[in-house]
Amino acid sequence: MNLHEYQAKQLFAEYGLPVSKGIAVDTPTAAGLATAEIGGDKWVIKVQVHAGGRGKAGGVKLVDSAAAAEEFADQWLGKNLVTYQTDARGQPVHKVLVEACIEISQELYLGAVIDRSTRRVVFMASVEGGVEIEKVAQETPEKILKTTIDPLTGAQPFQGRDLAFRLGLSGVQVKQFTQLFLGLARLFHDLDLALLEINPLVITAAGNLHCLDGKINIDGNALYRQPKLQEMHDPSQEDEREARAAKWDLNYVALDGNIGCMVNGAGLAMGTMDIVQLYGGSPANFLDVGGGTTRERVAEAFKIILSDENVSAVLVNIFGGIVRCDLIAEGVVGAVQEIGVDVPVVVRLEGNNAEQGRAVLEKSGVNIIAAASLSDAAEKVVAAAGGAQ
Amino acid sequence: MSILVDNNTRVICQGFTGNQGTFHSEQALAYGTQIVGGVTPGKGGQLHLGLPVFNSVREACAETGADASVIYVPAAFCKDSILEAADTGIKLIVCITEGIPTLDMLVAKEKCDRSGVRLVGPNCPGVITPGQCKIGIMPGHIHQPGKVGIVSRSGTLTYEAVKQTTDYGFGQSSCVGIGGDPIPGSNFIDILGLFEADEQTEAIVMIGEIGGTAEEEAAAFIKTSISKPVLAYIAGVTAPAGKRMGHAGAIISGGKGTADEKFSALQDAGVKTVRSLADIGSGLSELTGW
Repeated sequence: MNLHEYQAKQLFAEYGLPVSKGIAVDTPTAAGLATAEIGGDKWVIKVQVHAGGRGKAGGVKLVDSAAAAEEFADQWLGKNLVTYQTDARGQPVHKVLVEACIEISQELYLGAVIDRSTRRVVFMASVEGGVEIEKVAQETPEKILKTTIDPLTGAQPFQGRDLAFRLGLSGVQVKQFTQLFLGLARLFHDLDLALLEINPLVITAAGNLHCLDGKINIDGNALYRQPKLQEMHDPSQEDEREARAAKWDLNYVALDGNIGCMVNGAGLAMGTMDIVQLYGGSPANFLDVGGGTTRERVAEAFKIILSDENVSAVLVNIFGGIVRCDLIAEGVVGAVQEIGVDVPVVVRLEGNNAEQGRAVLEKSGVNIIAAASLSDAAEKVVAAAGGAQ
Repeated sequence: MSILVDNNTRVICQGFTGNQGTFHSEQALAYGTQIVGGVTPGKGGQLHLGLPVFNSVREACAETGADASVIYVPAAFCKDSILEAADTGIKLIVCITEGIPTLDMLVAKEKCDRSGVRLVGPNCPGVITPGQCKIGIMPGHIHQPGKVGIVSRSGTLTYEAVKQTTDYGFGQSSCVGIGGDPIPGSNFIDILGLFEADEQTEAIVMIGEIGGTAEEEAAAFIKTSISKPVLAYIAGVTAPAGKRMGHAGAIISGGKGTADEKFSALQDAGVKTVRSLADIGSGLSELTGW
C-alpha cells in the first residue's frame, strides 16, 4: 500500500525527522489560508497523488501569494495528473500540500528497501539527489552507497556515521544524518515498510539536513497490525475494479487486451495470460480466484471481468488440485446463468474429477466451449475473441 | 533416493487442530505420510485424528522423534511458529501459510540459517516425494514416482508440471514448492543443489515467475554446478510493471525482474526454456531424448 507525501511526512515528523511545516488541503480557499498559517512569503504547493514525476507534469509550483496558491489548487483539485509513472488517464487529485519554502544548497538521496537477494533491509544514499535514482543506479552504480541492516540486531549508529562520512558530510551534519538514519530504520521496522525514499534529502542554505519529499510503501501482508496506516489508505488512487476484487479476496489486475481470464492460482493465472498472447490473443486481465472456488466467487469474478467493456471472450482455466472440477463446473454454469454472460466462455478443467466437470458443462445447455487442453483452450478463446491480432 | 523427505520422514503439524491443519493432515495420512502428531498450544494431551497433540514443538519432537514440521498456523503467528520449530533444531520446516509480513520472514529466515535448519516456503504447496511422503497441500493423486525433480515458485504451475511429467510417464523424484513470497526459506539454488546430488533425479524442471532475481542467480549456479539437464519455464511475460500479480513476490519493480530477463539468463546458462506452460512435458522429452 502506498502513502501520499503528506502522510509520509506526518510519519517522519512523529519520528523526529526534519520536515517542512506543511498543511494538506482539499479546497482552494483552504490552500490560501494555509499560506497564512504557515507564514513567510514563499510556499511550495504540490498535488498529492500516488505517482512520481509530479514536478515535470506541472503538479508542483512555487507560489508567493495566497491568491496564487488558491489558483493552483483550483486548477488541480478534482482533476487527474498524468505523469510518466501513471496510465493515460492519470491519478485523481483530491488534496494539495502547501509547504514552507526552503533554501537549498545541495540535494542528496536516501532510501531503504527490502533486498530479496541478501534478505536484508538495505539503506541506500547518494550525493546524486533530486533525480531518478534508478538511472543513477544503472549509469553510475558507484555513486549509490549502501549499508545493510542485520535483522537480529537492527540498525546501529556506526552505520549511519559511516554513510554520512562517505557522503562527504562533516560537523553537525554527520550527527544529523545519523539521527535521521536511525529514525528511518525505526520507522521502517515499526510500520512494516516495504520501501522508503527521501528524494531529495537536502542540505539547506543554513547547512542543516531536511526531508524535502517522502515516499512510503507498506507491506500489504502486515497491514492487519498497522491500524493507523489502514486509516491512511486512499482507495481513490487505485483501479476501481481492482479495489472491488480485493473486497472478495480475488486478485485482479486490469490489462489492455480483450480476453478475460479467470484462473485458480497466481502462477497459473500469469501462465494463462502468457499462453493467450502466445496464440496471438491479448489478455484483458490477471485474475486469481484462489483455491476454495465457490459459485459466489466465480459469479463475482465474472462480473468484475465483464465490467471491462473491452472483453469479448472469457477463458476459465482451472487446475483442480484438492477442489473438485465438477463442483467448479457447477459454479461456472450457475454464474453464467445467473448474470447472463453474453460473450463466449471457453473452459478448461484439469485435475480432480475433470471428466465429471466437463460432463456438467456439456449437460448444462449454456453456451460454454469446453477445451480439451490448455493449448486447445488458448486457441479456442483467441478464435472466439475474433482471431489472432 | 529423493530429496528432503522420504518414507522415513516423521512429521509433526503445527496448527494441527485447526481447519487447514486437520484437512491436510488427513490427506497426508491417507497418502501414507508418517504424520506422528501435532502441536496446538493449550490442547496438549488430547488426541486428534488418532494422534497425540502437544503444547510445544520441543515436547512433540522429544516424544515422537519427529524430524520435520509442517506449519498451517495463521500468518500473524507464523514467525513465532517458525522460530519455535527452529529452536528445537528440527531438520526441516515446511511453512504453507500465505500472507506473512516480510519483516517477520527476514528474522525467521535468519534464525533458521543460523540454526542450520532447512525452511521451505512460506506461501507454498509444500514438498512431496511421490509414493513416500507428502508434506503440504498438493493433490497426491497426480504424482508418480520417477526421475524428474521439480522446483517452483507457484503451486498450480507445479501441478501442471507434475501432471505433464506423469502423463509422459517420467514421474517425479521429489517436488518442492519454494513459494511465491519475496523472502523464501529455500531458493532455487538450494533445491537445485539437492537435486544434483540425488541419484534418483535425472532431470530438473524449474518454474519461475516475474519479480526479484532468484532465477538469474539460479542460472549462474546451473552454469557452474549443475550437470543434469534442466528445463525452465517463467510465468509473467505479459505482466505489467509495478503491479503485484497475486504472489507477494511477483512484481516487476524499477524495471527489474521481468520474465524476458529471466528467460535470457537461463538460456545463456544452457538451460532449455519453453514459452508455453503446456510444453513442459514435450520440452523435457526433447531435452532428454526420453
